[in-house]
Amino acid sequence: MTAETAEGFPTKTGEATTVATTTAPQRGQSSGWLAKVLVLIIGVAWTIPTAGVFVSSFRAEVDVSSSGWWTVFAHPFDFTQYTLANYSRVLTAEDMFEAFVNSLIVTIPATVIPITLAAFAAYAFAWTRFRGRSFLFAVVVGLLVIPLQMSLVPLLRLYGNYDLTGTFVGVWLAHAGFGLPLAIYILYNYISQLPKDIFESAHIDVATPFTAFTRLVIPLSYPALAAFAIFQFLWVWNDLLVSLVFLGTNPDIAVLTVSLAQLVGSRGQAWHLLTAGAFVSMIIPLIVFLTLQRFFVRGILAGSVKG
Amino acid sequence: MSKRWLIATITALSLIVASCGGDGETATTAGETATTAGGATTTAAEGEATTTAGEPAESTGYEHLDQAMAGEFEGTTVEIVAQWVEGEEENFNLALDPFREATGIDVQYEGLPDYELALQTRVDGNDAPDLAQIAQPGKMAQYAGDGVLVDISGWFNVDKLAEEQVEGFVDLTMVDDAVYGVYYKTDVKSIVWYPVAPFEEAGYAIPTTWDEMTALSDQIIADGNGNPWCIGIESEAADGWVATDWLEDIVLRTAGVDFYNQWWKHEVPFNSPEVLAAAEQMSAIWFAPDYVYGGNVAINATNIRDVANPMFDPAGPQCWFQKQASWIPEFWPGNRDVPDRAEWENPPGEASSFFYLPGIDPAVGNPVLGAGDMFVMFTDGDRPEVRALLEYLATPQGAQAWIEVGGFISPNTTVPTDWYTSYPNTDLVPILNEADAFGFDASDLMPAEVGAGSFWTGMVDWVAANGEGTEEIFQAIEDGWPAG
Amino acid sequence: MAEAVEARLEANRRPRWTIGRDISVAAAVVVLIWLGLRVLRSETALDALGPFGGKLVQALIGIVLGVVGIWALFVVANSLVELLPARATSVLRPYLFVGPAIAVVSIFLVAPAIGTIIQSVTEVPEGEGPFYNFVQAFTDPALQLALRNNAIWLILAPAGALLIGLVFAALVDRVKRESLAKAFIFLPLCISGAGVAVIWRFIYEWRPPGQPQIGILNAIVTGFGGEPVPWLQEIPINTLALIVAFIWIQTGFAMVILSAAIKGVPIELMEAARIDGAGELQTFLRIVLPSIRGSVITVFTLSAIAVLKVFDIVYVTTNGNFETDVIANRMFNEMFRFRNFGFATALAVVLLLAVFPIIVINVRNLRRQGIGA
Repeated sequence: MTAETAEGFPTKTGEATTVATTTAPQRGQSSGWLAKVLVLIIGVAWTIPTAGVFVSSFRAEVDVSSSGWWTVFAHPFDFTQYTLANYSRVLTAEDMFEAFVNSLIVTIPATVIPITLAAFAAYAFAWTRFRGRSFLFAVVVGLLVIPLQMSLVPLLRLYGNYDLTGTFVGVWLAHAGFGLPLAIYILYNYISQLPKDIFESAHIDVATPFTAFTRLVIPLSYPALAAFAIFQFLWVWNDLLVSLVFLGTNPDIAVLTVSLAQLVGSRGQAWHLLTAGAFVSMIIPLIVFLTLQRFFVRGILAGSVKG
Repeated sequence: MSKRWLIATITALSLIVASCGGDGETATTAGETATTAGGATTTAAEGEATTTAGEPAESTGYEHLDQAMAGEFEGTTVEIVAQWVEGEEENFNLALDPFREATGIDVQYEGLPDYELALQTRVDGNDAPDLAQIAQPGKMAQYAGDGVLVDISGWFNVDKLAEEQVEGFVDLTMVDDAVYGVYYKTDVKSIVWYPVAPFEEAGYAIPTTWDEMTALSDQIIADGNGNPWCIGIESEAADGWVATDWLEDIVLRTAGVDFYNQWWKHEVPFNSPEVLAAAEQMSAIWFAPDYVYGGNVAINATNIRDVANPMFDPAGPQCWFQKQASWIPEFWPGNRDVPDRAEWENPPGEASSFFYLPGIDPAVGNPVLGAGDMFVMFTDGDRPEVRALLEYLATPQGAQAWIEVGGFISPNTTVPTDWYTSYPNTDLVPILNEADAFGFDASDLMPAEVGAGSFWTGMVDWVAANGEGTEEIFQAIEDGWPAG
Repeated sequence: MAEAVEARLEANRRPRWTIGRDISVAAAVVVLIWLGLRVLRSETALDALGPFGGKLVQALIGIVLGVVGIWALFVVANSLVELLPARATSVLRPYLFVGPAIAVVSIFLVAPAIGTIIQSVTEVPEGEGPFYNFVQAFTDPALQLALRNNAIWLILAPAGALLIGLVFAALVDRVKRESLAKAFIFLPLCISGAGVAVIWRFIYEWRPPGQPQIGILNAIVTGFGGEPVPWLQEIPINTLALIVAFIWIQTGFAMVILSAAIKGVPIELMEAARIDGAGELQTFLRIVLPSIRGSVITVFTLSAIAVLKVFDIVYVTTNGNFETDVIANRMFNEMFRFRNFGFATALAVVLLLAVFPIIVINVRNLRRQGIGA
């Protein structure tokens, strides 16, 4: 009787970026070396665990369970101690390509849909008045606490009634639902701090509330949008529980995490394949992070308010 | 967002959809019902143009199976799930293929990782499959209590099944007088693996009584050949089950199968004197100094995958005995990475062999502890073609292909023994068939809070305490037994 | 004020002769989306393109649909709303903006939450009062242990992640390859749950003394002549071991947010402090830190929520054995293994109550930042 992981690791948390209103700050030149050393130490400490597994992913299972991964550095160029077998097993496993594509089909909309819903909602909460605004907002933020395990069973029943299990739309909506409180929280935080002046200048563009939203607020909110997009993408890409429950294991729709879990075997026999599997799976989120990272920070409001 | 952008997008979208949308329309009405993860439906599957076997077969003894063999259900679909993935999935499909070919029924098998959870959520979500594998009779009883299982006693030839299967299996599928499942696969746990060549070189003899076994253990220590026992119970989320198996084997041997059955049914307290005595017996091996490789710490800290590593140490076995079920060879070093059994470095039968875990009390004889997998039918799946499949699984042919490939033991005693071509099953089946009594894994039978809860964690705590505090720990398990 | 802004914007609405076009566009969009969904759902629609081609087209349709579809729906809904008289439009429009989000959240979170609360007080054995499950929860010694553990986690984990994240965010600013450095800290967040489990197994693994250690910690310990330690089984170090794994992941999150916040501190303030003769550390403590206070509180509170919800790390390594149990893990076992729905839902409610004060802090913090109207 074995049981495996049930949920993706990254948990839902939020962010609050303040709006940068100045040009790039120049940092102090003195004591730069201390900073560099500390950064190096922390960086290395953080990477060692992952590096260990990275090295292990190139070792045969026999070696992995009998000697530490650092022993390869005794003879780093002795190539007989490395193998590509783990990667080849993972990459050529049946339906692995399909699973990869399925993960993309699931993750991209499951990131964009909550962003869209939340952007509209956050804008409305921040810049329009309507009855029930405070109450609804408090409820939405309060929902941050709900652990998704609580929703699984009732939702599954609902889905069963509407024939939504095993469909992409079903899982998009589920992920959207679970990610919305955080999305609204992040985006509201950001949008509410945009200076009023930008709306003053908007009248030149003959804007309606809708176009003000699409042409002004959205572009200005890229840091917040990017921040949430990164976290949501990671979370959905690495999720196992929701995909297992709402999508299933049929190769037509199974995602990467589900396929990798199956690869390990009913009793976890091929657990060492997870070393290679983890890295194969990590590539896309890493790319996403590196791409969206630059939107985080630099002041983009500089100058748009004047005149 | 300019309007032009929007129109362009819509145009592009419509072009894409139009090129496939036409096909999509006609195909979806049939295709929809064939989506596997969706609800179990009975519309005709498309494109499954299989032919039925030509000649009229003699009766199999099962009504619906006969009809199916005659081709009456051709074109229907049955959804069946189990925890078997990868290699085992292939083997199960091999076993199902004769049925598929002969009946023309589209049997869709899905292997689910995280099986218990996955099945549970599907059932809770009104999306249960037609047939599902269940490893714990306690689970079956739970589902039966929820009212989602079909009582098959109305139409299933239970008498035939009871005659053919090892005694006790049919009883396990019953709640009061209703029958909810059919046993398909079984495991034998009362065996001890040992390294053959070094064993013979050292001149040891296979123990046939418990006392001989402990004497041999002492001998190994005296000879300076390492520690006699390889024991490790760490199992991620399922910590503790190995220890429960040990205790159950001992209870069977000291108190007999009747007491054993009373025990898991809670007709006697969990911590009855017989059980405490069994725990004492277990302590004599688990907590005796030098008996276990790595000492007491190792038991809780070693994952079951790694337990046998010292046994296959190239410098000579550092530990000699591993009591574990017949599927453990898959985890041995040199086998773990290798999907093809023929390429295993330490194949069972050559590098390592097993002996039957000896009896303790001659009056009790030689019982066998085992486990198994049954198939149950969910209420939405009660259709003739599903019944036919369930009946098929009860026949020897239902598992023939898997048996012949290896790694499968059937509880059906009418299975021709020459179907078992590979070790260890060739040797296990006689043990099973000739056992004085068969006890099913008690932790699978007890309510989940105990069998997968307090019993497991209790054993883990007991080991962590190096065998101290037996009475308190067992009392706590007894106290934690759910009421009713 | 928001009203004036809104009024101004409303004044720029389109004329009403676009009715016909708007309605037909709306209809077309809906039909297209519906068609796309059918194709996506069908297993055979794309068979003609072959397995590889079919899959890619399916991917294309799926992604485009998911990404564009929702946006298109908003656009057409908005155009329909704008067809109404001005008064109606300006009243309805906010609800159009907020409505879908609220609807989704209600279905996926609110309804189940209410259901859970109800179940926790109604699913009691015959003859017992509605608070039976809660009494059980608080008198169960195993659960008291779990609560104690949650408290330990709460004290150590958010602070740990915050501290390291803050230090790193502050320092990395002056390092040349900033993005690269950040990527290393952020990397753990990119790894799936199963991968993280494997990674930390390689760190904490125990082998008997005399055998080569494959876990790095024990390799270091035995290298210095000590006995290997079963990190995950040894009480109370094991809880700390798990907390370390959590911090390893959470710090990336803290760092990313705090780094953005630090960069938002106006350069003039820093210059002023420097001119006044303040050192680096002083500048940081007296100027930067207070400026990013909102973000610090946010990171802390959200980490705290994550800590209270923590489940995977514990489940996969020890499943709560060896005194490492936490509430969320126990809730999972009760709900999915033992099927004690009453007890499990009561635990969920307890979790909700524990997180509540943290949420209050958070919302107060948001208020202080000023709602934009």
